[in-house]
Amino acid sequence: MSEMSAMNRKLIQNLAETLSKQVKRFNKTEAECLIRLFNGLIGDQTERRVGNGLDRGKFRNVLHKTFGMTDDMIMDRVFRAFDKDNDSYVSVKEWIEGLSVFLRGTLDEKIKYCFDVYDLNGDGYISREEMFHMLKNSLIRQPTEEDPDEGIKDLVEITVKKMDHDHDGRLSYADFDKAVREENLLLEAFGTCLPDAKSIQAFEQHAFQEPLEH
Amino acid sequence: MRDFNLAQETCQLAIRDVGGLEVLINLLATDEIKCKIGSLKILKKISQNSQIRRAIADLGGLQTMVCILDSPDKELKCLSAETIANVAKFRRARRTVRQHGGIKRLVCLLDCVPDSAALTVEQERDVEVARCGALALWSCSKSTRNKEAIRRAGGIPLLARLLKSPHENMLIPVVGTLQECASEKSYRVAIQTEGMVEDLVKNLSCDNQELQMHCASAIFKCAEDKRTRDLVRHYAGLQPLVSLLGKSENKQLLAATTGAIWKCSISMENVAMFKEYKALEILVGLLTNQPEEVLVNVVGALGECAQQPANRTTIYKSGGIPPLVNLLTGTNQALLVNVTRAVGACATEPENMAIIDRLDGVRLLWSLLKNPNPDVQASAAWAICPCIENAKDAGEMVRSFVGGLELIVNLLKSNNGEVLASVCAAIANIAKDEENLAVITDHGVVPMLAKLTNTTDDKLRRHLAEAIARCCMWGSNRVAFGEAGAVAPLVRYLRSKDPSVHQATAQALFQLSKGPNNCITMHENGVVKLLIEMMGSTDEVLQEASAGCVANIRRLALANEKARYS
Repeated sequence: MSEMSAMNRKLIQNLAETLSKQVKRFNKTEAECLIRLFNGLIGDQTERRVGNGLDRGKFRNVLHKTFGMTDDMIMDRVFRAFDKDNDSYVSVKEWIEGLSVFLRGTLDEKIKYCFDVYDLNGDGYISREEMFHMLKNSLIRQPTEEDPDEGIKDLVEITVKKMDHDHDGRLSYADFDKAVREENLLLEAFGTCLPDAKSIQAFEQHAFQEPLEH
Repeated sequence: MRDFNLAQETCQLAIRDVGGLEVLINLLATDEIKCKIGSLKILKKISQNSQIRRAIADLGGLQTMVCILDSPDKELKCLSAETIANVAKFRRARRTVRQHGGIKRLVCLLDCVPDSAALTVEQERDVEVARCGALALWSCSKSTRNKEAIRRAGGIPLLARLLKSPHENMLIPVVGTLQECASEKSYRVAIQTEGMVEDLVKNLSCDNQELQMHCASAIFKCAEDKRTRDLVRHYAGLQPLVSLLGKSENKQLLAATTGAIWKCSISMENVAMFKEYKALEILVGLLTNQPEEVLVNVVGALGECAQQPANRTTIYKSGGIPPLVNLLTGTNQALLVNVTRAVGACATEPENMAIIDRLDGVRLLWSLLKNPNPDVQASAAWAICPCIENAKDAGEMVRSFVGGLELIVNLLKSNNGEVLASVCAAIANIAKDEENLAVITDHGVVPMLAKLTNTTDDKLRRHLAEAIARCCMWGSNRVAFGEAGAVAPLVRYLRSKDPSVHQATAQALFQLSKGPNNCITMHENGVVKLLIEMMGSTDEVLQEASAGCVANIRRLALANEKARYS
């Protein structure tokens, strides 16, 4: 803290102002808190490296510690969703933008976000193979079962039947959007990629409570 | 867990497998909100099946659902309350809900502001929570202990507030609950004092027949109390009730409406207004081709209206007498009580009596004396009195009922006070005809009446004294009454506070005093002082009878003295 020069502080404030205007979900104070949190997570670094941002490992750490996520694959996908420019680092801007959806997104924004998480190859469709991959570990395997994958395959079929409205064997964004609007529990059907209410509350309380410290 | 989520959603489309209930209920016990929501969405739908309800209750689902009501998540609260509403449709479930603190929590859900013009999204959610709470309470309120529990949890003011809502889907469960609970006096009082009558009346004019029915039902139950009857009139509720009589295809609505009209008719001012709105004619029209639950109320209403002479004429002119007499042949006890009352009231008009007689109505009334239900017996006996008073050749008519006199005298053996009073009143009328008096004397009416004299019930005392007075006028009945010990108790009647008792007793004593032994008994019992007070009364009949009695006593004393000195 004693290293925080006046210039640094000013920088942060300016950044906060810019970002909060762009992102609209957080006000200036809240944006400031998030930036400080971001800086804290990166650790004691020089100006140059701060410019890069959070790497995958540190980001997954946050997801795990603060939001209780445990699934490796999903956490990876979340990182990808945050890291929009695909440079393997989450910059401060990507951090704020991502959190705005994560913590306070509208249903529309959340649908888009989840779809991006689930679309493993980024081709705009969630295919059967991708679904299989995500659901692989969700059923308990019986030791006597002949084909342990059969249960998952059935599950995938049921899903496709329920959500594939244009009947092309895969879920387009429109399919996903329509299905979630009909039944909002389907939003995180393929994996928990959003925090639950308790975690959000705890995070906000912790992050926003003392704006001048971190 | 997320997968169970997915599977549940698709299960909704699949055939409901009852074996899935254990799983669903297990999910309710998890900490995952989404699991609970998913599970409840399904349970809510399938709990409409009565077997599944029992199964859910057996598996302890209700306890879990009650705990979920504590959750801060509003969607969860709504779903849980709605599911409880479905499951609590049988008695054991309702008890379980109460035993686990469910009533208290459901009442808490009702706390919201329902009627501000522009609601925020949060407030709208609160209103939805309240609506679901009301649905659950409605199901639960069928148990008496739950009604009490709702009241103790402070539910009544909250229900009163929700009653002001403009939304029908909120009003229906709220009024449904209120009308269910209105069987308890504490609720009826609260409905009056919390200003709910106004809202109930207002909603009588809405478009929704189910809501109208519940409002009418609530009014039906509450109008037992005079204050409610006045309030209904004050808030112009009588006209909408009469209009609702037009919706005669909806039998439940019709039953509720006629019920409300019946109870409101207990107040004369309301009857006057009903007359203006031509309700009587409509009611007479409803005397045929209606289910029993409607008829009971229609006849009840007519019976109350017929307490006014002008209305009796209206009933006659609308052709109401024949259907009423026809209903005397039914078997529904409640209906019979009301019909006899109505017919009795109408029979006080000679033109009505002529029709009743022609249609054999008196014989039908008489045979109702054989009905095992004492309320029916009493009501029939009361109705017989004006019939005898107003029929042509009443004595002849009574004699024509084979075994009729014996039947009615035997009713003096009943244990029911109302039956006894009504039969005495009837006997007092029968005994006006000398031949019939002879017959009932033969049937042992004197000792039976004498046996009844040891009573403190003023109604019975009055009619008993009237009967004794009349029966004295045959043969040696006077003496027989004295020997049967009827005289001394009668003297005590003069200490009653009821002036009609005084009048009847004085007349009886006057008749009895024509027998010397009775005079002695009376004098020994201190009757003179009491009668002298009565002589100062403004009631002429009382004055005359008292004076006559004292005179007889005095004459006997004088004759005694004369005999001694001669």
